[in-house]
Amino acid sequence: MPLRTEPITINLGPQHPSTHGVFRLRVTFDGEVIQDVEPVFGYLHRGSEKLAEERTYTQVITLTDRLDYVASMTSNQAYVIACEKLTGIHPPERGLYLRVIAAELQRVASHLVAIGFFLQDLGAFATPLMYCFRERERILDLFEMLCGARITLSYMRIGGVFQDAPEEFWPALRRFLDEMPGYADELDALLSENEVVVARTRGIGVLPADLLINASATGPVLRASGVAWDLRKKDPYDVYDRLEFDVVTASRSDNYDRYYVRLQEIRQALRILEQCYRDIPEGPVRATLSNLVRPPVGEAYGRVESPKGELGYYLVSDGSISPYRCRVRSPSLINLTLLRELLMGWKLADLVVSFGSIDINMGEVDR
Amino acid sequence: MGELLAGNSIYRNVYIWVEGLLPTGWQWVAYFVAGFTIMFLLLNAFLVLTMVYTYMERRVLGRFQGRLGPNRVGPFGILQPVADAIKLLTKEDIVPAVADRWVFNLAPVVFFVPTVLVLGVVPFGQNSFLADLNVGILYVLALSSVSTLAVFMAGWASANRFALFGSMRAVATLISYELPVLLSMGGVLMLVGSMSLVRIVEGQRIPFLLLQPLAFLVFLAGISAELNRAPFDMVEAESELVSGFNTEYSGMKYGLFALAEFGNVLVAGAIMSVVFLKGWEGPVLPSHLWFLLKVFFFAFIFVWVRATLPRLRIDQMMGFAWKFLFPLSLVNLVVTGAEVAVWPEATTAQLWVMAVINWVVAIVGVVVFSRLVRQRPTQPEVRVFSSAAPSGAR
Repeated sequence: MPLRTEPITINLGPQHPSTHGVFRLRVTFDGEVIQDVEPVFGYLHRGSEKLAEERTYTQVITLTDRLDYVASMTSNQAYVIACEKLTGIHPPERGLYLRVIAAELQRVASHLVAIGFFLQDLGAFATPLMYCFRERERILDLFEMLCGARITLSYMRIGGVFQDAPEEFWPALRRFLDEMPGYADELDALLSENEVVVARTRGIGVLPADLLINASATGPVLRASGVAWDLRKKDPYDVYDRLEFDVVTASRSDNYDRYYVRLQEIRQALRILEQCYRDIPEGPVRATLSNLVRPPVGEAYGRVESPKGELGYYLVSDGSISPYRCRVRSPSLINLTLLRELLMGWKLADLVVSFGSIDINMGEVDR
Repeated sequence: MGELLAGNSIYRNVYIWVEGLLPTGWQWVAYFVAGFTIMFLLLNAFLVLTMVYTYMERRVLGRFQGRLGPNRVGPFGILQPVADAIKLLTKEDIVPAVADRWVFNLAPVVFFVPTVLVLGVVPFGQNSFLADLNVGILYVLALSSVSTLAVFMAGWASANRFALFGSMRAVATLISYELPVLLSMGGVLMLVGSMSLVRIVEGQRIPFLLLQPLAFLVFLAGISAELNRAPFDMVEAESELVSGFNTEYSGMKYGLFALAEFGNVLVAGAIMSVVFLKGWEGPVLPSHLWFLLKVFFFAFIFVWVRATLPRLRIDQMMGFAWKFLFPLSLVNLVVTGAEVAVWPEATTAQLWVMAVINWVVAIVGVVVFSRLVRQRPTQPEVRVFSSAAPSGAR
């Protein structure tokens, strides 16, 4: 007697432990195999872009914190760079170096979160996650010294940064730079050769480079396919053109490569931090500006290499004290557009892992 | 009844003591009194030990993960299991409107009962057991399969698709892992010539962990799959299936599932210490303490594995059972069978020779068969580290 089977549709989320926030996937399964995926966005929509039109240019910085809340620094950075392009302000050297230090610390922190939750999705019961968070905690402590906040930082300002780093910041950064390479090695030793990790991630969720380029995917997702596209090299901002670092790429563009690229980028970020620590000049950290920034009529697009990819802010000014239009190009959302290609034909267990390997942040996806 | 009174067991002592107090013609009461006394002791000791184990698991996991674990309730947090139990008991008991009410309510009980029933045959100290069943091992393995039925009942009756996925996985897991577990016991049974757990302990001149390494490996892997422990915790798979088959359960019904799951680890530890580590036997310390130490040693191994390994995918898990554990258990069975045929009444020296042979077979077997399950891509791995100079602003 032939058994009658039929596909089963499951709503993954919006309250599912592995959707990294409030994201909903309507997935049709044939047994354990994914037949169809339909993402449903918008549960975390807060109208940030519209809110920006009601605030002064400086006030918008606090909104950018709340987009990618695990990488607020780079959100700040992209926005203030756009503002500086709009107004033509040039921040002082020390301010630029402090920005790079903050952004690279943020990159390490964000990649640690990405790796930790990636392993959590693989089913490693919180151990790698806890190790990653232990290190991230120290970065948050450094941020607390810089600006008093740990998550929603608002450290960067148009024309520099909020304040100079306090005395105790530098020895703390030195200690972090001395110890972090060891922790990165520890993660590497714990995970990279792990038989189960390799079996679960190698060759799964492969995204070809041409597909990624067509979808304008950026960041570690793109670099894992072998395309050496990094805005820090291709369109250097702040002081990245003076720093020596490598763009990490991998060749196979599977889940493992995306994880591995992030792990290597942590090491590159540490290299950049070492150079900044060595080279940072004395001087002011912020250009003197009037209290209300009033840029000339025009438009500008500022972009940075955030931990998740190209994060851009497109600002239109009508000459008033608040932007006429503020548009965010969020890497999380754009990298997610390949979700269907990423998931089709794989199994339920691969779904959460592949989804985790993209490293999205719902605050940034829904804005 | 005769078997129950054999030997110098606790049961027999209680029976004789009670019998002395009874008038003639009322001896049958003594059977019940003795039986219920020991069941009462066993059940309560089991529940307390399970609570101790949940506390231990959470503290040890905390240590592995660089955090403290529960430390607020009572000194060092030792009252945490009590707080948990109170919380579970006072929580609202929700039955989904579309659930199959009868099956839904029955499932936690069906899940919990086999765990307790297994305790009946476990010798937890010298002369300390409720029953010395002559089909002990068979009884244990048969009961351990019943819990899968409960998992399927729970998943089906919940009318929740995550729960259904979890329970379907549970059925697939049981079919695959029951065979290697059963077969791995075969070698042990041949060496002892009896299925009684007491006889197995007494028949170990050297621990079967040394004599039957392959059987131990297969049994450990197989039993972790049957217990839904990492890396085979398919059935619950938190990151995929929310909580798997018990997603819809709350309150004490969930508590029963949790209790049985933690308890099963102890039961599995007890079976393994009986079969592979000479059960209660050990120098200096009293036999019951030795037994507890061995049980918690195995429980620690389960916690250790859980803290270390990520989860396998369901097809990889099936492959692991059929391509790795199953052939290995067959190899073990054949080799042990040949050894027993050559030395039917082996001396201790001959047993050591057997152990050496078995270790060689085990290492070769694991190396050979691990190549079958390993799924490595064939193309070479190339990593490009571009260090091109910045191309400048455009």
